[in-house]
Amino acid sequence: MALLDYVTTILPQMMIGLGTTLEMYFASLILVLPLGVIFAILKLMGPKPVRWILNVYTWAWRGTPLLLQLFIVIYGFPVIGINLPKFLAAAGVFCLNMSAYVTEIMRAAIGSVDKGQYEACKVLGMSYPQTMLRVIIPQSFRIALPPTCNEAINLIKDTALVSVINLMDVTRTAVIIANRDFRIVSYIIAFIIFLLLTSFMVKVFAYLEKKATAYD
Amino acid sequence: MELTKTKNDREVMIRMINIHKSFGDVHVLEGVNLNVYRGEVIAVIGPSGSGKSTLLRCINKLELINEGAIEIEGTIIESVNMPDYPVASNQQVKASLGKTGMVFQNFNLFPHMTALQNVIEAPIHVKKIKKEEAIALGKRQLDRVGLSDKYDAYPSKLSGGQKQRVAIARALAMSPDVILFDEPTSALDPELIGEVLDVIKKLAEERMTMIVVTHEMSFAKEISDRVIFMDNRNIVADSPPDEFFNNQEHPRIKAFLEKMLSNKN
Amino acid sequence: MPLGFFDYIAENMPLILNGLKFTVKLWVIVVVVMLPLSTLCAIAKVSGPKWLRKILNVYTWIFRGSPLILQLYLAYFGLPYLGIVLEPMTVVITVFILCVVAYQTEIVRGGILSTDKGQYEACKALGMSYGQTMLRVVIPQTVRKILPQTCSEVIVAFKDTCLVSAIGLGDLLRSARELVIGDLRVDAFAVVLVFYLLVSSILVLVFNKLEKKYSVYV
Ligand SMILES: Nc1ncnc2c1ncn2[C@@H]1O[C@H](COP(=O)(O)OP(=O)(O)O)[C@@H](O)[C@H]1O
Ligand SMILES: [Mg+2]
Repeated sequence: MALLDYVTTILPQMMIGLGTTLEMYFASLILVLPLGVIFAILKLMGPKPVRWILNVYTWAWRGTPLLLQLFIVIYGFPVIGINLPKFLAAAGVFCLNMSAYVTEIMRAAIGSVDKGQYEACKVLGMSYPQTMLRVIIPQSFRIALPPTCNEAINLIKDTALVSVINLMDVTRTAVIIANRDFRIVSYIIAFIIFLLLTSFMVKVFAYLEKKATAYD
Repeated sequence: MELTKTKNDREVMIRMINIHKSFGDVHVLEGVNLNVYRGEVIAVIGPSGSGKSTLLRCINKLELINEGAIEIEGTIIESVNMPDYPVASNQQVKASLGKTGMVFQNFNLFPHMTALQNVIEAPIHVKKIKKEEAIALGKRQLDRVGLSDKYDAYPSKLSGGQKQRVAIARALAMSPDVILFDEPTSALDPELIGEVLDVIKKLAEERMTMIVVTHEMSFAKEISDRVIFMDNRNIVADSPPDEFFNNQEHPRIKAFLEKMLSNKN
Repeated sequence: MPLGFFDYIAENMPLILNGLKFTVKLWVIVVVVMLPLSTLCAIAKVSGPKWLRKILNVYTWIFRGSPLILQLYLAYFGLPYLGIVLEPMTVVITVFILCVVAYQTEIVRGGILSTDKGQYEACKALGMSYGQTMLRVVIPQTVRKILPQTCSEVIVAFKDTCLVSAIGLGDLLRSARELVIGDLRVDAFAVVLVFYLLVSSILVLVFNKLEKKYSVYV
């Protein structure tokens, strides 16, 4: 079959795969920001046991491979009697994984705000929540934005791991088509899809960062 | 001289009694006593590391004292090991602290807010003033420090002198009874110092009570009612500027003044 | 009566050790090659001839813009369809190196570019050649600056080694998955979990020490 004809025949399947990839991406991403911010704040000033739990959480999640986390939930949980729908379980793993990174990013960003900002708030009579919500956290968002965007780009690439647990995302679709037809065109299309996605995200995030630092 | 009231007739605004403050093993203040009267401008000078900033920061509880008592407008806001001076209720302490304003050496403006937003932040969220009123108030304060054309500028777009004037407007917007200045011109390029000093001078003319830590000797001489010299963890001189600068007997102070003057030129 | 945790692990030690050996071998090779190669690529990207820069730009763009696992699939399953048949280990190592070097190249390049222009001017004024300038002045400064990112890249590479289990090679994670699915017990995952946590924590500690030591001069 001519290349162009072949591409048109497999493209619809690839697009369905892309749909799954994007669904997985957004399902994972949606809770990351709120979780990361809340965890970071709790880690800085929550009660001791909460801080302790969160320390273990970020340590364990950032210290182990994402694929291992995925395997534990997909293959390990059923063995001990926990059966979760595959898609949700995977999205949960991705979400908690990225949240662990964003928590640390936010915590570092909050910690890097100048001490003078707290003092200025104090002499103006602002309460602690006011200080955090109106002065410190808005500033730390801007500090945290570039590394967080970076994590968001990593996430789209990380979603490709669901191919290993047989979810039909772009990557899994490419493998199956290639094995069926003995051609690598589907791989090339998968590459192009990811390159377009990540390049597009790089552009969008660069624009965002520029907007967010308008006051500099 | 007869025209000015004697100290005893005037209202004491801030009273610091036997203040001790240390950081770990380092004693910074050792039994400092100081009264500040309403309408008075006090210049605090002294070598670097002598505890000037610490003294100022104890007044508004940015630093907590190890011993002594501090009273603002009759309310005891802090008292350690001083049973005769019981601390007022939390609410009263908070209200009295609200009567103090502070201007920092490095401005500490909020970088993500415009000049006007910086000024109206606390009036809206602390004093709960209506937004429109706060905006009018904020603009008035910015006009007062000569920044009518910078309402919407972010701090990064302002010169050091302009930033410090926004910081002064921010303090003024809370209608403080006393403003504490911690080396307000030390972070500024020489050509920008004048514009900030002029604003402080104007406030002095309006009889705003102020405590100004400064290395600008001629400025201290010109605006202050009293000069306080700090050295060796305490106040070692407390006199009117004429006497302080022109009839200085104290050898350490004389040496310090000579050094400051020779640095200038 | 099922075996206890330790007996079970002891019984399956050969399989686990095999996987472990594979994982560590892959990681060490990747890290050893990554550091010099990425430095060369970065220098070429900053000051090489235009055609080389273009090629390297496309290279880093492709490898950083797509998932590593897709790269592995293409090389491992796809290349044979083009008549290219290679040792599995060769394929895996090559893909890993290409991917990790792409990321590290950008890190080094960022470090080189952030060096103050005055440093180049000072070298020029002292009559140093371009090679001398880079080797003796710019690169040493860059090393210190990019140390934190490089350390985290080394840890990422370590964690990424487990991706080879996706193409059926017998690394630690693959061995564990087989045990879990085969014996319907999760003990093997616990071993892998502890292994990765332990090694990455040690790496973090060592690298923190290293960073502290080198930031003294900054
Ligand atoms: N937060 C702090 N922790 C430890 N030491 C401090 C702290 N703040 C000030 N000091 C020390 O207290 C002394 C007085 O400092 P400071 O009040 O800032 O002096 P000045 O403002 O007169 O230069 C100095 O020796 C300084 O090192
Ligand atoms: Mg000071």
